Amino acid sequence: MNILVVDDELDVRALFEQRFRREIRGGQLRFAFAHSGEEALDYLHQHASELVLILSDINMPGMSGLELLSRIRQEYPTPPPPAPPRVMMLTAYADETSRQQALELGASDFLTKPVDFAALKQKLLQLAAQDDNTYENENSGS
Amino acid sequence: MALYQPDTIRIRSKFYSNDIVVTRQDSANATISLSPTEPDQDSTYKLKRNVEKGVADSGMNVLFLVAISIPLVRSMGRFINIKERLPFWNKLYSRFWILGMVYYLGMIILGLQHTKADDFYVLLVLGLMIAVLALVRDYRPARTLLLGLGPLAVAKGSELLLHAISPATLNFYREGFSSAQGFSVLWLIVFAFVARSHKRQAEAERLEREAAALEKRRIEAQNAILEQMVTERTTSLTRQTEELRETLEELRITQDQLIQSEKMASLGELTAGIAHEIQNPLNFVTNFADVSTELLSELREKQQKRTTLDAELEEELLTDLEQNLSKITHHGHRAASIVRGMLEHSRASTGERLPTDLNLLADEYLRLAYHGLRAKNKTFNATLLTDFAPDLPLIEAVGPDVGRVLLNLFTNAFYAVQKRREQLPAQPDYVPTVSVRTRALPEGGVEIRVRDNGTGIPEAARQKIFQPFFTTKPAGEGTGLGLSLSYDIITKGHNGTLSLETEEGQGTEFIIELPD
Repeated sequence: MNILVVDDELDVRALFEQRFRREIRGGQLRFAFAHSGEEALDYLHQHASELVLILSDINMPGMSGLELLSRIRQEYPTPPPPAPPRVMMLTAYADETSRQQALELGASDFLTKPVDFAALKQKLLQLAAQDDNTYENENSGS
Repeated sequence: MALYQPDTIRIRSKFYSNDIVVTRQDSANATISLSPTEPDQDSTYKLKRNVEKGVADSGMNVLFLVAISIPLVRSMGRFINIKERLPFWNKLYSRFWILGMVYYLGMIILGLQHTKADDFYVLLVLGLMIAVLALVRDYRPARTLLLGLGPLAVAKGSELLLHAISPATLNFYREGFSSAQGFSVLWLIVFAFVARSHKRQAEAERLEREAAALEKRRIEAQNAILEQMVTERTTSLTRQTEELRETLEELRITQDQLIQSEKMASLGELTAGIAHEIQNPLNFVTNFADVSTELLSELREKQQKRTTLDAELEEELLTDLEQNLSKITHHGHRAASIVRGMLEHSRASTGERLPTDLNLLADEYLRLAYHGLRAKNKTFNATLLTDFAPDLPLIEAVGPDVGRVLLNLFTNAFYAVQKRREQLPAQPDYVPTVSVRTRALPEGGVEIRVRDNGTGIPEAARQKIFQPFFTTKPAGEGTGLGLSLSYDIITKGHNGTLSLETEEGQGTEFIIELPD
């Protein structure tokens, strides 16, 4: 499963790579990184079909996570397939209004910083399993 | 006793008539005069015997003299104002009539009869007058009167003296004495008038003096009043000055407190942003520490099992560990520097100028301001653009002070773009943008431009924008001190300039210029 992590903090990459060392090595999760909303959109445009999940920080200079979310929803409306990437929001400002706003804009989840990596890992693996299933289903169905 | 024993017979013609007067005086001073009874008749002389009569008359004369001397003495007393000049003598002087009465009664009771008793009384009175006048001789009219009385007293005195020593001689010069007495009376009258005029003059002078003294006293009193008023005024002025000084001191203290509270207020606004800023590096610290623990346990596991010695994997784990430790250090420093910045901001400025990297300062405070606002308004978002000149020279500056100025400008910029967003909710393509640009000035020094595309500043507010307590923010949101303090810090504290370019509805740009 391909995941794009969007955060303006550069060290997020090193952190994710080490936190998900086993999963990456095992080929279950593949990470790509973008340091701003704009970069994320660029990446998305190039790898739209491969990308399953976007993990985005909300609070970034320039295009914010929420803006990115709405742009994705505009550019990749709901089916026909391929299914648009899910977007999970990550923020240090875990207040209800932001959460509501994110969910209304179509975020699939709303996580708060500091990130609980154990929980995140579980969620990602679950999604990966689902993804594999749908992939297999799609394959078997065709 | 043989009566009329011839002693002296004097035959004299009076100079004022043709009469021949024949006078005979005996030893008892009785005088027998022969005088013409009828002036027209040449030859008929009647012998007058006035000796007995003269002696008998002396009592009456004295009584008469006492009677007229009393008012005379009194009037002289009044003339020289004896009551005031010689208050002690006055008591005796005013009882002069007793002396007169005693003199007269004594004469009657003792049966003393003398032709010169009256003259003696006159001399007594004159003596008294002279004595009194001599006592007040400092008074000019008294002196004049003294001079007037002198001849009369001398005439009377010498007459009496001569009478006692040699009555015959006196008789011989009787007319001369009589004339002298007449002259001396005349003299006295003249001098009395002169004395009166002197007295008037003296009176006038006295009045003048008194008036002058009165005027002087009045002026003195006025001066005293003025003096008192001046003293009072001086006192009140001194008090006022003191009060003003105290008030000024209070104001200074209040100003210092205001500046401090302004700093604290801006710090309060930033607290959430700062907390966020600290949280990020702290998250990294804990995460990298966690991951490192995992890596270590993985390494140990592999060492214990000694199953597969994967040198490549081991190397990778060790590299990661090393990298993590340096990241932990890096983010620890980052958090520390934010805390330090916060402390610097809240601390009273030491005013020490140090070489300062304004790029770093601007970046740091831009982030603080942004996150501070974000913490207050979650939905707020703005694009931050930075254009830092890489070759920017270090500037001697009071870092925390310039930081406060930047913080103010950034906060205002964010406020302006936020306002514009609120005013134009229907404009989705409006991107709130705050930018900061630094560049080295060709003539030396550094320029920092803080730009926003917010509401801009209306013409009316432009003039007052650097005035203390001027704010367009709602009550309770702004102290109105931010820009005025910023202006002071840049102009007075750093000899720089703070100016602005603004267009209503388009945005504002503040320009800081700091010299080398």
